[in-house]
Amino acid sequence: MPKALVIRAAGTNCDIEVCHGFELAGATSELVHLDTLIRQPQLLDSADIVAFPGGFSYGDDVASGRIFAMKLRERLWPALRAAVDRGSPMIGICNGFQVLVQVGLLPGPGYGEVWSETAPQQSLSLAQNVGGRYVCRWVPVHYEERSVCLWTKGMSGLGSADTRLLPVGHGEGRLAPIDEATIPKLEANGQVVVRYQDNYNGSALAVAGVCDRSGRIFGLMPHPDRYLAWNRHPFWTRLNRSDRQGDAPGLRMFKNAVEAVRHAPV
Amino acid sequence: MSTSSPASTSAHTSTSTPSIGRVHRFEVRIKPGRIDPRAASLARQASALGYHLSSTESARIYLIQGNLSDSALQRIATRLLADPVTEESTLGTRAPRPGASTIEVHPLPGVMDPAAQSVRDAIADLIGPQLGTDAASSISVSTGLRFDVVGVTADSAKLLAQRTIANEVIHQIHLSPWTPDRLPSGAPYSLQLRHIPIRGLNAEQLAKLSRDAHLFMSPEEMAAIQSEYQRQGRDPSDIELETLAQTWSEHCVHKTLKANIKFTLPSGDTTINWNNRPGHTVTTDAQGRTVVTIDNLLKHTVAAATHELIAGGIDWALSVFKDNSGVIALDDTQAVCIKVETHNHPSAIEPYGGSATGAGGCIRDVIGTGLGAKPIANTDVFCVAHPTMDPASQPPGTIHPKRILSEVVAGVRDYGNRMGIPTLNGAVFFDDRYVGNPLVFCGCIGLIPRDKIKGQAKKGDLIIALGGRTGRDGIHGATFSSTELEHTSADEFSHAVQIGNAIEEKRVMDAILRARDAKGGPLYTAMTDCGAGGFSSAVGEMGSQLGATVHLDLAPLKYAGLSYTEIWISEAQERMVLAVPASNLAALQQICDEERVELANLGTFGTDNEELILNYRGTEVGRMSMHFLHDGIPMPRREATWTPASPALPAKSKQALPAIGTALHTLLAHPNIASKHWIIRQYDHEVQGNTIQKPLVGPASRGPGDAAVLEPVPNSNRGIAVGCGLALGVGDPARGGDPYQMALAGIDEAVRNLVCTGVDPTRIAILDNFCWPSCGKPTNLGLLVRACAGCYDGAKAYRTPFVSGKDSLNNQLSYIDSSGTQRVIEIPPTLLITGLGILTDLNHTTTSDAKQSGNVLLLIGQDSNKHDTRMGGSIFAEKFGLVIGDAAVPTVDLARGPRAAALMHQAITSGLVKSAHDCSEGGVLVTIAEMLIGSADGSANGSGSLGFDIEHTAVADSASVWGFAESASRYVIEVAAADVPRVTAHFASIGVTRLGTLNTSGTLTWKSAALSESVDALTTSWRGTLDW
Repeated sequence: MPKALVIRAAGTNCDIEVCHGFELAGATSELVHLDTLIRQPQLLDSADIVAFPGGFSYGDDVASGRIFAMKLRERLWPALRAAVDRGSPMIGICNGFQVLVQVGLLPGPGYGEVWSETAPQQSLSLAQNVGGRYVCRWVPVHYEERSVCLWTKGMSGLGSADTRLLPVGHGEGRLAPIDEATIPKLEANGQVVVRYQDNYNGSALAVAGVCDRSGRIFGLMPHPDRYLAWNRHPFWTRLNRSDRQGDAPGLRMFKNAVEAVRHAPV
Repeated sequence: MSTSSPASTSAHTSTSTPSIGRVHRFEVRIKPGRIDPRAASLARQASALGYHLSSTESARIYLIQGNLSDSALQRIATRLLADPVTEESTLGTRAPRPGASTIEVHPLPGVMDPAAQSVRDAIADLIGPQLGTDAASSISVSTGLRFDVVGVTADSAKLLAQRTIANEVIHQIHLSPWTPDRLPSGAPYSLQLRHIPIRGLNAEQLAKLSRDAHLFMSPEEMAAIQSEYQRQGRDPSDIELETLAQTWSEHCVHKTLKANIKFTLPSGDTTINWNNRPGHTVTTDAQGRTVVTIDNLLKHTVAAATHELIAGGIDWALSVFKDNSGVIALDDTQAVCIKVETHNHPSAIEPYGGSATGAGGCIRDVIGTGLGAKPIANTDVFCVAHPTMDPASQPPGTIHPKRILSEVVAGVRDYGNRMGIPTLNGAVFFDDRYVGNPLVFCGCIGLIPRDKIKGQAKKGDLIIALGGRTGRDGIHGATFSSTELEHTSADEFSHAVQIGNAIEEKRVMDAILRARDAKGGPLYTAMTDCGAGGFSSAVGEMGSQLGATVHLDLAPLKYAGLSYTEIWISEAQERMVLAVPASNLAALQQICDEERVELANLGTFGTDNEELILNYRGTEVGRMSMHFLHDGIPMPRREATWTPASPALPAKSKQALPAIGTALHTLLAHPNIASKHWIIRQYDHEVQGNTIQKPLVGPASRGPGDAAVLEPVPNSNRGIAVGCGLALGVGDPARGGDPYQMALAGIDEAVRNLVCTGVDPTRIAILDNFCWPSCGKPTNLGLLVRACAGCYDGAKAYRTPFVSGKDSLNNQLSYIDSSGTQRVIEIPPTLLITGLGILTDLNHTTTSDAKQSGNVLLLIGQDSNKHDTRMGGSIFAEKFGLVIGDAAVPTVDLARGPRAAALMHQAITSGLVKSAHDCSEGGVLVTIAEMLIGSADGSANGSGSLGFDIEHTAVADSASVWGFAESASRYVIEVAAADVPRVTAHFASIGVTRLGTLNTSGTLTWKSAALSESVDALTTSWRGTLDW
């Protein structure tokens, strides 16, 4: 059974539901504290999938995800890069996405480039919401047809419009690129994965989630881990029975990754 | 890093002793051309207060003290403090732009600064390997915020800061960039053992001692202590006296509710039958008045109802009143526990810190239940003055209600969200009598295995403190909460204010839950949180049967200089006390090390004569008998009286009454009724991923849910719901109300809220939270006695046991007005009933949003041919006067109400009910309007609501009575047209009115009353009031 390593730190608070998602998807999950991982980087070597859950790591002090990302950049980059090179799918959800962009795992190298020896320069940021405060709601989203992301494979156009919602909860989720060329370039590479249909936080080009060029490393502000069952949907009692067939969209993402690992050539 | 910028001054650091290094100042600001939401937020707040800022910029300030090389400073700036995409950092101070005023806000020395702690730890991680551990650990950090604003003078800049971003109880405001020579640190403390000569004092001197030392003990209590020490032939040490004051405080011991009360009623009053109540003796005095004597009010009302219900067969109330929270069964292996606390006085002085630590304290109560529960939901209820209050009419020393509400919301938000606990349910009530004494109720629900609900410390167990360090924060919180507020309280009690650090508490929680679930069983035998009274209460409580020996110098301190007494009574946050068998200490230490939780071994439980022995660096500073500490308090005798109130609302003329449509808009916009989405959206109500029914419902998530529903164990198909009832209108004597009815109506409303979502009414537990004005006043105590009688009768009738509760009995503000007159503003008597119910099958979850055109709405609990005309206590009467209907407040029928709940549940589980909403504030028209508002579809503009046509025939002015009366025990439900006969027959015994049919018009119409309002317009009124 594939194993997902879920990395947490003080203030991570969505780790249990992320583990639950992997377990429902047919993987085993192992929670590890970031400090433990820094002491024992080899724990990454046995992971098939790596996840960075949501929460308020280190209280969001300085900025959300900053201290978590600093520790990864300074102390764990070689082990992380090795996991990337092995092709392990990775996901960063909410605070985990904030971590991934600051570590430089997202958006990752462009065409003709390779992962660098030290942590890459940061080119995306998740800044304070345009409204200046925390927002918790379900938001309609669009899965990009051209995305190469393996986590959202087959999800574009799936189900009725009512089911294409995702829950969000963050104060710093406004995607801000280092320059205007960045997002169009990502788009051209199929790295823009999911967009808000109601751009409540002011993200550049309404982008809610991006992946690396390989499609294996995925980060998004919405929480698939809060949409593992149909009765988590905000008006599930109204949905037609036909809408509630099969896996809930959040669980589908976890399953896509677990399936990909299971079928990957050894 | 723009160190070479010409705008930076060269004096970015200041000289200091080489051993601790210099203070280095970093400023981090948004890059030019990018959005600065923090600055925009200040500009918005300023504009609302009438300031017009033409430009606003913000910067975060970090003051870092240490021996740091230039390259280390460079690394800190670029790798830790600033985001390379959106931010830039300056080492030193950037000069303000010409014409700009600078506002800088820094925490006062000793005030908790969580970001500073994180930055300090992060610096150690970042450069510790190069610096060496010692140098890294000597670094100190302080944080601040800077704003540069154009458009105000320096004087008004300060005023603006005071009214928006700073509270001088915890902050210092600087009008220019501020870099101190060195960061404050404490001075070393040398032991000075103090004894208080008490044996020779007279009554007056005892009273003075009680007040001057902030002990707030009664003359009888001071006398009891004096006689105890006369018996011992010595004077108490200061720590002994403080321990008694904490332990005997109203906050900790509930002495009013446990007092012997003599309650005198006017002759002929039959509103409550006082005969045959447990512990109540009814006599007649010389004037022919009825006198009811009650020994221990709490025991013989609230608790008695629970114990009678348990004796009568309720087997799912697993732990009631004994522990930090009440516990009920969820299923065969799991239980849920619940606690609701208030944090009123700290929130009056520092609303953000007060509400955050209120939430934090209640969460610790849940964590500290039995052998540990996992918090799974939070609730919050606020009572504040109207946000539109003219600042000129505020009493001196009070904070404007709009700011209070904004900040208490932010406090609950930041604590709950950071802890990862969904805040699911709440309410806000507005009344100007809360102006100086707002109420902040924080609730928490936990999940706990049924085999972990009991803990008991054993002799020889170690006294282990986990979590935050001890500082001077919150000293005298327990005694402060037990007295009334005065306009000087902000100065006098600023030390009682605490700032929370949610991540510290999260770490403690993570460590405790790991220790609870350790292989081989929990690593501790008992646990409690450090709340009011600090170590004094926690150790005193856990060791009450065993005795305890404590070494106070072993408690880790935030800074040097605390006396042994300060260590003992500090209410510093985020601390728990565990009783740990010595053989488990190493395993617990390892978990704490991994979770970065500080562990301190303070002593041992168990002494020869059940004594509390307090030592400081080898010197005994206190020794007291646990027996005297816990049982020595003289229980007071109290007088209570009652005179039925008569409505005091000014009669307004009937001619002034608005048209019914206008009245409906006014009521929907009333802040008690208006949408609370501004608050709800700031709370994470989804974290943990188990929220089945959200606080806002319907396709556009706009409609008001009756109660939120959780599935605590995923895929178990078993849920819990939490809701509340707060029937202020019917309980307010100033409006002709009676707290007896407030209790009944509160229970009725809590039950209805839960039942509407699908809860089984035979599985509802409730909690009481009394917030009362001074009960030293017999009339106020009389109101409390009546409310308690209502709790007893209501809990028994609905078969809803109270499992936990709390009281706060001195909620009033004393001040001297501009003419020099002493004034007191008493809050209205306020009883919050919180309900926790079980859903045995989540497939029957029901919501309040109207579902489908063609379905029929029925009003359950009211006959079609007659209706209650009592308008007393209603929102309509508050707005327009008592000019229609009957002036009395509605009462609850204790046979019909529970029957309605049972029938509702049967109808819901039969699948007949498409939507259900309780009919409460604002009456049936507001209820219908809310169901239509919730039906709006998911399109961005929120339109596409259903419409409705009321069939009922209105007669003259009774249309408004019928539409806006707030009679109890009613529901509005939606059923398929074909099911109407069946459903009507089902509810025949409690009354059913067919209201009409849902249509697609998007309009609420009532032809015979000339009502026609578009639902979009009603939505705008309902959402507009609190859309901040």
